Parts: sequence; C-alpha cells; structure tokens
Amino acid sequence: MLKKLLLATTIVATTAMPAFAQEKTEFKLAWSIYVGWMPWGYLEDSGIMDKWADKYGIDVEIVQINDYIESINQYTAGAFDGVSATNMDTLSIPAGGGVDTTALIVGDYSNGNDAVIIKGEGDLASLAGKPVNLVELSVSHYLLARGLDSVGLSEADLDGVINTSDADMIAAYATNDVEAVVTWNPLVSTIMEEPGANKIYDSSDIPGEIIDIMFVNTETLAANPDFGKAVAGAWYEVMALMAAGDEGALTAMAEASGTDLAGYKAQLASTEMFYDPADGVSFTSDDALKSTMVEVAEFLFDKGILGEGAPSPDFVGVEYPDGSTTGDASNVKMRFDTTYMQMAADGAL
Amino acid sequence: MRLINRSPGPALRVFLTLLPFVLVLVAYMIASEARLAVNPQDKLLPAPSTIAATAERLLTEGDRRTGRILFWHDTAISLQRLAIGVGLASLTGLVFGLLIGLVPHIRATFGGFVAVASMVPPLAILPILFIIFGLGEVSKIMLIFIGITPFLIRDLAQRTVEIPHEQIVKAQTLGASTGVIALRVALPQILPRLVQSVRLSLGPAWLFLIAAEAIASDLGLGYRIFLVRRYLAMDVILTYVIWITILAFLIDLALRWLSRRAFPWSGDGL
Repeated sequence: MLKKLLLATTIVATTAMPAFAQEKTEFKLAWSIYVGWMPWGYLEDSGIMDKWADKYGIDVEIVQINDYIESINQYTAGAFDGVSATNMDTLSIPAGGGVDTTALIVGDYSNGNDAVIIKGEGDLASLAGKPVNLVELSVSHYLLARGLDSVGLSEADLDGVINTSDADMIAAYATNDVEAVVTWNPLVSTIMEEPGANKIYDSSDIPGEIIDIMFVNTETLAANPDFGKAVAGAWYEVMALMAAGDEGALTAMAEASGTDLAGYKAQLASTEMFYDPADGVSFTSDDALKSTMVEVAEFLFDKGILGEGAPSPDFVGVEYPDGSTTGDASNVKMRFDTTYMQMAADGAL
Repeated sequence: MRLINRSPGPALRVFLTLLPFVLVLVAYMIASEARLAVNPQDKLLPAPSTIAATAERLLTEGDRRTGRILFWHDTAISLQRLAIGVGLASLTGLVFGLLIGLVPHIRATFGGFVAVASMVPPLAILPILFIIFGLGEVSKIMLIFIGITPFLIRDLAQRTVEIPHEQIVKAQTLGASTGVIALRVALPQILPRLVQSVRLSLGPAWLFLIAAEAIASDLGLGYRIFLVRRYLAMDVILTYVIWITILAFLIDLALRWLSRRAFPWSGDGL
C-alpha cells in the first residue's frame, strides 16, 4: 500500500514535471481541431514533420488533443513541449502559471472566424437586457467585451452571460431560451445556416487581436534550437502547399476537421493565414501587437483570470521581438520571437 | 485464530481508518512540493496552505461585480437542483417500482420498457433534452431525473418482487385488497430499500448535476469548476472538490440516520 502510493507520488511528481532546460532529442507538441491548426495534424500524418525532424537528428511527435483547454493545461503541467493556442489563453494559463512560453510560429489571426450571432434583426446595442450564451472566459468572451465596448455598453448591461459548452452550442442555439450566442468556426457557419441567424459582430471587426500561435517552452527552445528549426521548416513547407492550393493537403485537412474541401476553404476565408513566413515576422514585429496584448491583459485581469496572485493587469510581462516589454519586466513569461520565422523567410533552415 | 475472526481494538481501528487519508495527503504534499520547487507558480498541485487561503477567500469575500459570496450561491443552487431531481426520481421510482413489482399488468406494460430505457446514456441525448426542456433549470433537473430514475424503478421493482409470496397470500386470506397490500405489506418493506437505493444513486446524481452545470449555466458548483478550469485554478477546483465530497458524505450520513430512525425494522447497513 505504502509502496504503491509512494510510487504513484513519484510518477505524478516526475512524469508531468515542467521541462528542464536541457538538451534532448524527443519533443511533443499538442494541438486541437481549429481551422488554422489543421496543418499540424497534416504535418504528422504526411510525414513532413518526420522528414524535417530527421534532418536535425531529433524526433518530434504531434499529438491531437480533443479538448482545447485540456491541451493547454497539459502543456502547462509539463506533459508537452509546445501547444497550439491563442495569444489570450497563453497569457492566462501557461504564462500566468509561471511557465515561460515563447511564440515559435505565429500562424494566423481570426478574421471573421469568431462571431456574435443573434436571432432576428438587431445590432450590438440591442444586446442590452438579453442573455448571451458563450464559452465564458474564452476568446468569444473577449470578442463580446470588445464589441460591447465599441457601442458604449458593458457586460453589466446584459441579462448575464451563460457559460455554454462549445460542444453543445448548436443544440443550445436551437432552443427558445437562447437569444444570442458568441462562438467560433465551424460552429458559426453551422449556426448561420439556421433561418433568422444574424451575425452582428465578428473578429474581422477587431483584426489581428485573436491570434493563433504554436507556443513552445522557452527553456526547451533555448536549449534545443534544432527543435525550433525542424518545426518551423516543416510548418512552412505545408504553408507553401496550402498557398499553392494543393488539393491533396487541403482535402486531408478538411476531412480531419469533419468538413469537405469547400467547407474548409470557406473557413480559411475568414482566417488570415500567414502562408509566407515574412508575413508572420512583420505581423509579430508590428507595434499593434503590443497594444493588443495590453488590451488582452486588461480583459483577463478584469475577469479575474490572471489569478488571485495577480495584483494588476501588468502582473505578467510580455516580451516582443525588438526586446521591449509590456507588463512586469521582471516577470516576463510570454515572449514573441521571430527568430525561427525569420530563418524560414531567409531560407536558412 | 483465523483472520476473519480477528477485530482491531478501538485505538487501532481509529488508526486504520485515518491511515488511507493520511497517506493520500502525504502523497499529495510530496508531489506538490516537488512541482513547486521547480516552478513556484505551478498551478497544477497547489500547496495545502494555498488551498486553505483560497478556501478562506472563497468563503468570505464577495464577487467583485455583485458583492455576492459566490461559493454559497453556487452551493445553494446546486443543492436545490440535486434535491428536486433526486426527490422527483425517488417518488417516481417508488410508485413505479411498487406497481411494476406488484401488479402483473403494469409489469407487462412497463417492465421491458424501463429495462431498455435504463440503458440509454442520458448524456448522449442531451441535444434532445435541450430542445424539450430548454436550457434553464428544468433541463438540469431532468438530466438528474432521467439519469437515476430507471435504476431506482428497477431496483425497487426487484425488491417488491422479492417480498416472500407467503406474506402476500397471508394478507389476502385476511381480506386485504390490492391497495391495502401495496400500502401495508409492500411499502413498509420497500421504503428502507428506497433510502438505500437513493444513497447509491447519489454518486451518479452528482455526476449528472455537474455535467448539466458544465454544459449551460451561470451558477452552481459544477459550473464554477468547469469555468475556473479555463485558467487551471486548481486551488479553486480542489476547494470545491473537497466541499462537494463533504456535502455528499453528509447527505449520505443523513440518509443513513434517517433510515435507522424511520425504519428501525430494516436493520443496520453499511
């Protein structure tokens, strides 16, 4: 009994231990289904990732996790070396949890994939006094907050927000209780097929604020630059295929996300993909990113998501490619780094 | 002396009862310490002192926006849902279980249906429940109801069938009607069993309650757990888990006490 318990304790304490800064040859990335992340699954299935990993003499495993938040939690707990996530959730979960995290590949930003939908006629101002169903504390919540802000309302003017699982959002929308929802694709396109569904605000109104990124552990990356090179090389090989409209690759991604080629292309249309690494570099180097991250930090703090240890929105520091920081410069836990995207742009991989 | 005939003394008994709790606590503390040594901000296994501080804050400090102490509001609404759901399920289970066990025509009509219906996983038909019952309180109560009622009906019907046939015959020779047999012969023997079955269903009932609150809600113990999971606030989650465990344990204890007081003829159970 005692032995077993001690063994179990040791396993819990060590297997999921935050990665130490050390050289290693095996790496694990986690991703979940989302239009801009489907290439990660294709990287693994097509063997392109293995090809690049072999080139650098390492092994990179890309694992699909069915639950997005769980994938970030697993990364934060140390079970993975990297995870696909948005800028917002990364600031709150790993960075807020003290895991120093670097943006390796800035893949895309949502340009309409997230939307506020109401039943019937109306606009943002007509949300006043209505209940809104959404996944609370997610980018949907952020989008709603930004939308309400733009018409001088706040969440207090609503008849509350009701936390609704994304898995049940479509069924929820079909009930009479629900008057407005905020959600993301492919749910948005399914809900918009319902008669009377009216999209009143979407992420193309706040372009570049909901960013989808492959984040990796800063210490692991620093100790293993080959890891960054292999992943960036493989990613941009697939990006080139997508930009060229490679039917085989796109169909594989479409099917993996549960839609067909046309449906996937429709989702890509509302996603600003950075097919060209140079675009990713210039986006990440732009000063607009700093004001976005400040905005996001304020939202997170306002909702209490930065945790009780957070005395202000500036609790976590964010570092940018030019070396400047926002937030607490002595507690930098989130870094935007263009090194590897730049290498890809220069063809130096 | 054989092992099955040896009993621990009072002191050893207390020690043995506490031992697994202490072992789990020690295991947690070792794992937590090891993780915190690597990353002082680790959220996965917060130190017991952090959990205590979080618990104190949750229990005493109001929400920033409304000033309400959410912990108590969450508890109240969850217990209300649980009580209504389990209450309705118990009543339905008792009535149908008794009738199915006692009346052959009703058994022929509902026996097979209940046996089949009890196999339907309620969580798999959630969208249908939403459309019928909406997203409000009714759907949450219905999920608990649908989740545990078939089990209660089947269990109580089985217990009714198991009533010795001699008793039924004897009651009839004394001139009892079907109604009298149901109320005076079967019911007193089924009621203690109902309490036992409800105690066993409380685990699934909590599961369905938390699942319902995770899906669409703005208040409740399950809602809070799934919400704060979005930023891995394990200190809050563990506080709620401990609280739910205490609540469930107390409810179980209360039912056992009720069973002993109300039905002294049913004897002692675990």
